[in-house]
Amino acid sequence: MLKETILLAFREIRRNLMRSSLTILGIVIGVAAVITMVTVGKGATAQVTSDIAKLGTNLLQIRPGQHRYGPGGIQSAGAMFKADDAEAIAREISGLVAVAPTASQTLQAIYGNENWSTSAIGSTPDYLHVRNWQLESGRRFTDSELRGGKAVCILGSTVRKALFGGQNPLGNMIRLQKLSCQVIGVLESKGQSSFGTDQDDVVLIPLRTLQRRIAGNLDVSRIYVSAEDGVSTQKVEQDIERLMRERRRIAVGKEDDFHVRDMQELVSTMTGTTRVLTGLLGAVAAVSLLVGGIGIMNIMLVSVTERTREIGIRLAIGAQERDVLMQFLVEAVVLSSFGGLIGIILGITAAAIGAHVLNVPFVFDAGIVTVAFLFSAAVGVIFGFFPARKAGQLDPIEALRHE
Amino acid sequence: MKTNFSMKISEHSLMEFKGVTKVYGTGSAAMPALKGIDLRIGRGEFVAVMGPSGSGKSTCMNLLGCLDTPSKGIYLFEGVDVGKLSRDRRALLRRHYLGFVFQGFNLLNRTSALENVELPLVYRGIAAHERRESALRALDAVGLKQWGTHTPGELSGGQQQRVAIARAIVTDPKVLLADEPTGNLDSARSREIMEMLSAFNREYGITIVLVTHDADMAAYAKRIIRFLDGIIDTDEENGKMI
Repeated sequence: MLKETILLAFREIRRNLMRSSLTILGIVIGVAAVITMVTVGKGATAQVTSDIAKLGTNLLQIRPGQHRYGPGGIQSAGAMFKADDAEAIAREISGLVAVAPTASQTLQAIYGNENWSTSAIGSTPDYLHVRNWQLESGRRFTDSELRGGKAVCILGSTVRKALFGGQNPLGNMIRLQKLSCQVIGVLESKGQSSFGTDQDDVVLIPLRTLQRRIAGNLDVSRIYVSAEDGVSTQKVEQDIERLMRERRRIAVGKEDDFHVRDMQELVSTMTGTTRVLTGLLGAVAAVSLLVGGIGIMNIMLVSVTERTREIGIRLAIGAQERDVLMQFLVEAVVLSSFGGLIGIILGITAAAIGAHVLNVPFVFDAGIVTVAFLFSAAVGVIFGFFPARKAGQLDPIEALRHE
Repeated sequence: MKTNFSMKISEHSLMEFKGVTKVYGTGSAAMPALKGIDLRIGRGEFVAVMGPSGSGKSTCMNLLGCLDTPSKGIYLFEGVDVGKLSRDRRALLRRHYLGFVFQGFNLLNRTSALENVELPLVYRGIAAHERRESALRALDAVGLKQWGTHTPGELSGGQQQRVAIARAIVTDPKVLLADEPTGNLDSARSREIMEMLSAFNREYGITIVLVTHDADMAAYAKRIIRFLDGIIDTDEENGKMI
């Protein structure tokens, strides 16, 4: 009996193919949107998590000013650090592997006729350690180059490509603003960060070189600290906070004018943001499913009216209320499930393309696919029930008289 | 038990009206269509119901067909009080004991003749291959064996009505209720249909109740009941008043 009902539903749907396709469009779009959002969202979250995990969860970042994001967040500026702040951290706090003070400046890099706008980062070789970055060729800065603020640089792979194309840049002189600078190394490519920026679009120079010969001040805008394995980043964070409050002479009870952030915090901030976004987009998608459901109800009501005579015939020859109800309910469910299936296929395709374009991994989530399918079937049951019941409760005499 | 039950059934007429009244509408708009009818129809009868429009014959048919229930009085089908049955129980009565033929044929368009004939068997839960066999036999009985794959739109009016008759008899019903089955047909087709119904009555003993305007068609029946203004005016069997 159920098999007959399902076959009948398919036949009715095929008869009104155009109308059926338009009816399920809402469901298709809703389901496709849910699948795409959730899949791309999961991919982005996975990307962020793995990126940050690559940096090492024992990495800490110290910035001047307060940056607290989200509701109730504050943003306040604080005085820049100096190089001796980093030295003090390295000297006085135990359990650290590397301390890298950095300062940066956006500038033009010029070689021959080639001209490239990039950012120069002034730091120490510890920077490569905390960023977990290897050299593709060449060498690091020597201590004397660091101390003397020598004009040497290490190129990110994007800058190398822009200025030198296929040539070997090592030993050549490039110009950073007015500073003529010898290329001593090339960094391996890191690709895009999870924030969408090109991490290879960078020129590394000794900190002192940037401060004295380019920026013209002694500011350090950020200090990266890498703790030893097995050392609690929380304890290191507290130690650094205490030390910096002391050095910056912050009175008891006053807010910090700097911020120590560990990567764990960054992970939760980033995944929290993507989760909120995914949730919001999911809600929008759910609304479109609801609208799709109303579309199905509408068309089923029309269908019941159109087929009143058929319903009368069925009732007269012995169909019970539930036989007719089932016939229309199955039709609604077949319609909406079919819409769900198409939506799932479209959604997965869109997610795969989206993941490729956004450069995040494609994470297939069987759970959300199942949920979306069941949800679309449920939409059919919920919104098909009212028209189906109406059909089942028709008076056979009236229905037979219907023209 | 079983013997008792069948004895009990055989004491009753197949269909019996006891003071049946049917009123449509309520209050001042109330319109009595049947006014206290008493009627017995036995097994194997061939009854024609006649009367002008609004005389109550269609209402009588709807009640006999368990499509409707009396406002007052009792309708017993095989001794069962139909007025006390739920909608769904009455649907089951129709499913198992009644066959309908309508003036407008009432076939499912866009559905083949064979599938139209199979439809009542679907609701009886009969397996597909058995349904097909029974439907083919019924189509054969109305002389349309070769037309099974055609849809109603591809058949003439007379052929459509024969498909409808096949659909009514495919379940081997106790009663076949025909509401002006020849109303849309010319006289030659009408005679064909009537001869077919008579033959089913004679050969298979199917009880037939036929509503008609046409005295020529009513003449095929053994008993003629005439309605007038909601009551039975005359009731004659083989020309004799009962």
